[in-house]
Amino acid sequence: MPEMREQLNNFPILQNVFDKLSRTFPGQELVFSFDRQELAVRVPKEHLLKILTFLKDDCGFNTLSDVIGLDNLNIRKEGEKRFAILYQLYMFPAVQRLRVRVEIGENEVADSIVPLYPAADWAEREIYDMFGIRFAHHPNLRRIYMDDEWDGFPLRKDYPLEGKK
Amino acid sequence: MTEKNAKPGFFFGSLDKLITWAQKNSLWPFGSGLACCAIEMIATAASHYDISRFGMELFRASPRQADLFIIAGTVTNKMAPVVRRLWEQMPDPKWVVAMGNCAVSGGPFPTYAVLQGVDKILPVDVYIAGCPPTPQGLLEGLMLLQKKIAKEHPTRMIYARDARTTE
Amino acid sequence: MAFKEIELNMGPQHPSTHGVLRLKLAVDNEVVLRVEPVVGYLHRGIEKLCEHHTYFQITPYTDRLDYFAATQNNLAYLLAVEKLAGIEVPKRGQYIRVILAELQRLASHLAWIGFNANDIGAMSVLLYGFAEREGILEIFEEYIGARLTIHSLRIGGVPHDLDAKIISMILAALDSIPARLKDIEMLLSDNRIWKHRTQGVGVIPADEALALGLTGPALRAAGVRWDIRKNIPYSSYEDFDFDVPLGTNSDVYDRYLVRLEEIRQSVRIIRQAIAKLPGGESRAKVPKILKIPAGEVFHSIEAPKGELGFYIQANGSEKPERVKIKVPSFINLQSLERMCRGYLIADVVAILGSLDIVLGEIDK
Repeated sequence: MPEMREQLNNFPILQNVFDKLSRTFPGQELVFSFDRQELAVRVPKEHLLKILTFLKDDCGFNTLSDVIGLDNLNIRKEGEKRFAILYQLYMFPAVQRLRVRVEIGENEVADSIVPLYPAADWAEREIYDMFGIRFAHHPNLRRIYMDDEWDGFPLRKDYPLEGKK
Repeated sequence: MTEKNAKPGFFFGSLDKLITWAQKNSLWPFGSGLACCAIEMIATAASHYDISRFGMELFRASPRQADLFIIAGTVTNKMAPVVRRLWEQMPDPKWVVAMGNCAVSGGPFPTYAVLQGVDKILPVDVYIAGCPPTPQGLLEGLMLLQKKIAKEHPTRMIYARDARTTE
Repeated sequence: MAFKEIELNMGPQHPSTHGVLRLKLAVDNEVVLRVEPVVGYLHRGIEKLCEHHTYFQITPYTDRLDYFAATQNNLAYLLAVEKLAGIEVPKRGQYIRVILAELQRLASHLAWIGFNANDIGAMSVLLYGFAEREGILEIFEEYIGARLTIHSLRIGGVPHDLDAKIISMILAALDSIPARLKDIEMLLSDNRIWKHRTQGVGVIPADEALALGLTGPALRAAGVRWDIRKNIPYSSYEDFDFDVPLGTNSDVYDRYLVRLEEIRQSVRIIRQAIAKLPGGESRAKVPKILKIPAGEVFHSIEAPKGELGFYIQANGSEKPERVKIKVPSFINLQSLERMCRGYLIADVVAILGSLDIVLGEIDK
């Protein structure tokens, strides 16, 4: 942890966020990483809403840029879950970015963050359409790109590019 | 059999020429602009390349009033039934031009969501390749269509009712 | 009079929906109660294609996202790849990228003003906008050989250098733009019909706009000073001097004024870039087979439609593991519902036009 704090010496706002998070959620398995000048934190699935509320209200990350779904079928290590969802947060007007990562296993249900960030509405629908991850408490969880009756989730790694016949 | 291959004769032949001349110089396109090729289609209709020289400046919004269906852009599996229905709503005689690589054969997208060529659901008269084809390319394709229309025999419907002229 | 709600379908084929967008409107006589956009009629699977192609091969696919400003998409993708791979673009290459990207911004806004005015009824402006656009497309045809989906940037810089002929063509195109803008303003800005149709229509307050994730000229028309070229400068934008136009009323009229002013500022940037063009290489040396070690990056730029971002996850091979595109029109379209509530059916067309969406990028 102290080495992580060292790396953020040139980024005082991010260092401040790091301190606040480590202080408010000790022992909650927050795994930080700082690569190519971007700070990312992995949080456990059960505490996602709590941590995002803290980031929005107390740390100032008031806008959401994007919600990204990943299928780690080919690159995951032993014991890791199959899917991951990334939340790309943005602080305005003081410009800083933060990426929050949550790991989701197959057949697990994720929490929808639409009550916090309304901008996530369609992005979560897209993740459901492309990967098959369900979101609890989403106002309108339906397919968005494919037909409603489409069978299969196209962006999964085991779905062929030309589609199933 | 002999009716289908019979030569039209002077009166019907001249009437053919008159009718096809009128048809090919006043085609009203139904611009189904789906993707990037639609922008080149609109650029062709704009002042620099002026499709109005060919009589085609009246892009109709409703298929019931159009006779040339220019499919410009990628046809996806979700959009395919819509395109088929629009074509069926157009009254005869009608012609179809597949503009751009995506309409011709799926283009650069060999994926689960794209129909690999619009001729899988519609009969196409002229194929124009390009990604997107330049306005000069589109005009060349339309002139080819005009040559094709000039060779048709619409009066066959009068003297040989059972033989169709356009399919 | 009994209240009866009717569902009206603005189907995927419609002259004013700027592509294959389906809008399900719930109306009470003429007043719109709810709008539900249905997208996906142009979904081509670009993200899945990216996982099967090398980093070099993906660049032409990004042209087809926002096909009005193809170079901007290239720029967003290439900046993310170069950040991931640690490639430094030489200064001359960065300046040429700025010139090409701003020319595409001009082309995009000129096409936008044409389409928006055409939807509301002023058809001549469509022809004016496209006539001006032809001058810019001819520059690209001279530079790279194509007009619309051009693949005009490469990893590490630009493919060709700008020679004197192209620079003179660019300056000629820039010289003719102020007169054309004056024509368009004379037709529209003080026109009673235009003002009646656009002022006070489609208003959204600034805090709701931020919460819904709106970006681009629509957000700046609400008074929020967010321009990534100023906030997080990329590709040497910090060397140029330009203003960020802001609106006050956040209606369709303000968005029109903001975009007209952005055209003028783009002209300013291009003139400065040409005047200060440094010497040197225009492309960095990049290996023929580019393998990037595992890692991830998110980078975004200010595209004409809003904030366009790329998230790329590398896995050590020459093909990426995952490419996710953060599309501005996708998120802007979510706020259409909020902007249309309580207005007339005819206003829906004006508001949709002012949002400036492209279905190619929404549906990926």
